[in-house]
Amino acid sequence: MDYVRQVSTDLDSASSMPLHPAARESYLAALERGYADPRRLHGSARDARLLLDNAREATAQALGVRPDEVSFTATGTEAVHRGLLGLAHRGLRDGLPIAHTAVEHSAVLHAARWAGTPLSVPVDTHGRVILSDLPSTAGVVAVQSANHEVGTIQPVEAASEQTGAPLFTDACASMGRLPLPDGWSAAAGSAHKWGGPAGVGILLVRKGSRWRNPFPDDDRVDVRTAGFENVPAILAAAASLQAVVAERDEVNVRHRELIDVIRARVAAEVTDVEVVGDPVDRLPHLVTFSCLYLDGEALVHELDRRGFGVASGSSCTSSTLTPSHVLEAMGVLTHGNVRLSLQRDASRQQVDAFCDALPDVIAGLRSRVGL
Amino acid sequence: MSTPEHALEPALELDCRTMLCPMPVIELAKHLADVEVGQTIAVVATDAAARVDVPAWCRMRGQEFVGADTATDGAARYLVRRLS
Repeated sequence: MDYVRQVSTDLDSASSMPLHPAARESYLAALERGYADPRRLHGSARDARLLLDNAREATAQALGVRPDEVSFTATGTEAVHRGLLGLAHRGLRDGLPIAHTAVEHSAVLHAARWAGTPLSVPVDTHGRVILSDLPSTAGVVAVQSANHEVGTIQPVEAASEQTGAPLFTDACASMGRLPLPDGWSAAAGSAHKWGGPAGVGILLVRKGSRWRNPFPDDDRVDVRTAGFENVPAILAAAASLQAVVAERDEVNVRHRELIDVIRARVAAEVTDVEVVGDPVDRLPHLVTFSCLYLDGEALVHELDRRGFGVASGSSCTSSTLTPSHVLEAMGVLTHGNVRLSLQRDASRQQVDAFCDALPDVIAGLRSRVGL
Repeated sequence: MSTPEHALEPALELDCRTMLCPMPVIELAKHLADVEVGQTIAVVATDAAARVDVPAWCRMRGQEFVGADTATDGAARYLVRRLS
């Protein structure tokens, strides 16, 4: 299939990343060697099982957990559903609600609403959960590792000390880039957000925690999941995770500096703009800002036309036509919103080109509405 | 809040009922100068984003967000006092 694609700068790694180069070779090799059913006993099946076990071992090592705490799911969303609802099981039976921070990913919110009437815990203007508002009892408390829209790091360990409820941590926004926090009973990650292939989620269940499969059982390798394992993708996810963890100190320093440049230049060179999220205690690669009087969809399209791929939390870009629940919970401007998240090889040149183009793009769009 | 009743009666009310975000805030910005400093301007909007964006606009533009009530038809009404 041939198609023409203009040269553009993808500043949306928080939505998805290309496959890490270190994972390509293991992916291709595993497509040849890892196709068989890892539950069978013949030679090809044993090959597939070996690759799967290796992937589990490598993932556990990269994340600093035990191999028997690692499960591979079909997506990050599935890992979130299983992690959250598996912990909530006992509490829901006793009539306790699921509690979650007001800024959790929609996968958490949808799962919590599916199970009952959840309790939403407020956040401050940086999007950080207000610890004193956490309930002392709940079926489960969901506190993300870091916010996916504004980058603010959440106090997961402090939250677990504050509440007596089991803690679920959606770590999709930070897994690989940052060490896992302590304090969770179950956690979730998503491979395509660290440069693994799509179609691999990570479910972590702490040994000894009261987790129970919330969905029908299946007779597969791992009792916490269901369905035929995508062994090649799982192996590639593990290989990319190892590579990302090995290089993260260097990458994070570089990303942090580049984001500091964007934060400073946007605040200095654009009028009527609000850069949101914690300026220091944040994801290294992500920044969000909102511009007065702008339609988020128009902003995304205009930046795309100039060769920059960005995301937006403004309502006009969402299917529901409601503003980002994250920005809303923080009480910050929801329209004219742009989220930038750097790819692994992001450069100063790319960042400067974006910052150079931005004031003109914004001025052009504002002049269309007479401001 | 101990604001006297008459202070909440806006000098100007903008009907932004059918508008999607960010149009209600654009209308507010365009018509702020139509009221005197110290007077109140109201925005009636059905778009969900206005609930957050009108107070955010006030904070960013140095104006006072007085509060929200409802218009006679039940639509949300946001009250802003012009400070400058």
